[in-house]
Amino acid sequence: MTKAVDGDVFAYALALGDDALIHGQRLAEWVSRAPTLEEELAIANVALDHIGRARLFYARAIEAGGDARSEDDLAYLRDADAFTNLTIFELPRGDFAVAVARQFLTDAFNVPFLAALAGSRDAGLAAIAEKAVKESTYHLRRSRDWVLRLGDGTVESRARMQRALDATWAHCAELFEPFAAEERLLARSVAVDRAALERPWRATVDAALRDATLTVPTTPAAGYRGRSGRHTSHLEPLLADMQVLQRAHPGQQW
Amino acid sequence: MVSERIDTVTPARAARLRARRDAREPDLWALLDDVMDPEVPVLSLWELGVLQDVARDADGVVVVMTPTYSGCPAMEAMEAAVRARLHAAGHANVRIVRRLSPAWTTDWLSRDARRALVAYGIAAPGALECPQCGSTHVTLIAQFGSTACKALYRCDDCREPFDVFKSH
Repeated sequence: MTKAVDGDVFAYALALGDDALIHGQRLAEWVSRAPTLEEELAIANVALDHIGRARLFYARAIEAGGDARSEDDLAYLRDADAFTNLTIFELPRGDFAVAVARQFLTDAFNVPFLAALAGSRDAGLAAIAEKAVKESTYHLRRSRDWVLRLGDGTVESRARMQRALDATWAHCAELFEPFAAEERLLARSVAVDRAALERPWRATVDAALRDATLTVPTTPAAGYRGRSGRHTSHLEPLLADMQVLQRAHPGQQW
Repeated sequence: MVSERIDTVTPARAARLRARRDAREPDLWALLDDVMDPEVPVLSLWELGVLQDVARDADGVVVVMTPTYSGCPAMEAMEAAVRARLHAAGHANVRIVRRLSPAWTTDWLSRDARRALVAYGIAAPGALECPQCGSTHVTLIAQFGSTACKALYRCDDCREPFDVFKSH
């Protein structure tokens, strides 16, 4: 792994870590609220995979950033405008269909994204992706199954699944928008060309929605730019909940 | 039954077996062979595939470990157990290096490890057989189980639920 200070790698690893952490935190909110005990275990396990992934990306960011911050500093001591996660991850927990929609739409993105990142010229990022792509592939099997079960289920489950997809869809455009550091890293074969992933992503999504008798949403993009710190109003309450302990008792451990 | 299957040695496992056979620190390896997975206590960390290497350097002992899943909460317990075992044997300075690549895979499990799993009541990865009665008539209950490495199935013959070590 390179030890050189590299601001672009710092920003890129931080953004990927933020995506994983905020998604993991939203999933963790389901603990004690899932529809069945088996789903409770599944959601908690998926949350752990995402939070573990966040720690690995943060560790790589810290290495590239060359400053003295810790993983905990990055997770607990930054304000909302310093977080660079995509806004799809911060949307409120919603009902179970919303959790399924977010999981499916982002798993369908993460699988080709991580597969490509595993070929990055940054050995640290490549190693994280090599591990995470196996997990996301497994996550996608479950989230796709749920899209089918809810979509091709009862009148009520189908309506809720469609509503959740329509609402979440407005935040999917961001998945394919690179930010400045990412574009520079793309030229160095470190970053993944996320714009090029829209076509394979759509193929995965269209096929699943067709099998689930659902309609591909036409909701226009919501216009947020999480990567630039332009978040929805939902991120701050999430952070308040997640960060309260470290803010009140800095350095606290258990 | 698992034991009747032809055992195939994957290249990854063959490399691990060679590394172990040619190990330069047999005393350290012998110590760490006592350290078991905290959740599946019939597998040593070596058999599980988490323990990659142990060696001496100028500062003490260096242990290389590969996590099973990115967020496996047992990883810290495993590292603590490795440290404790080496400290107890008089190795005061222990450094643990986490290696992500090559990514952990259940292909690294040995034939003995797979047998130990089944005897403990957990179906081995890739072998969907009820560990109680050996039936292959089984139904998936949940893709995730009590730990990150397991899924939950039910036997349609003896009706017992059982854990399956996920293929990964």
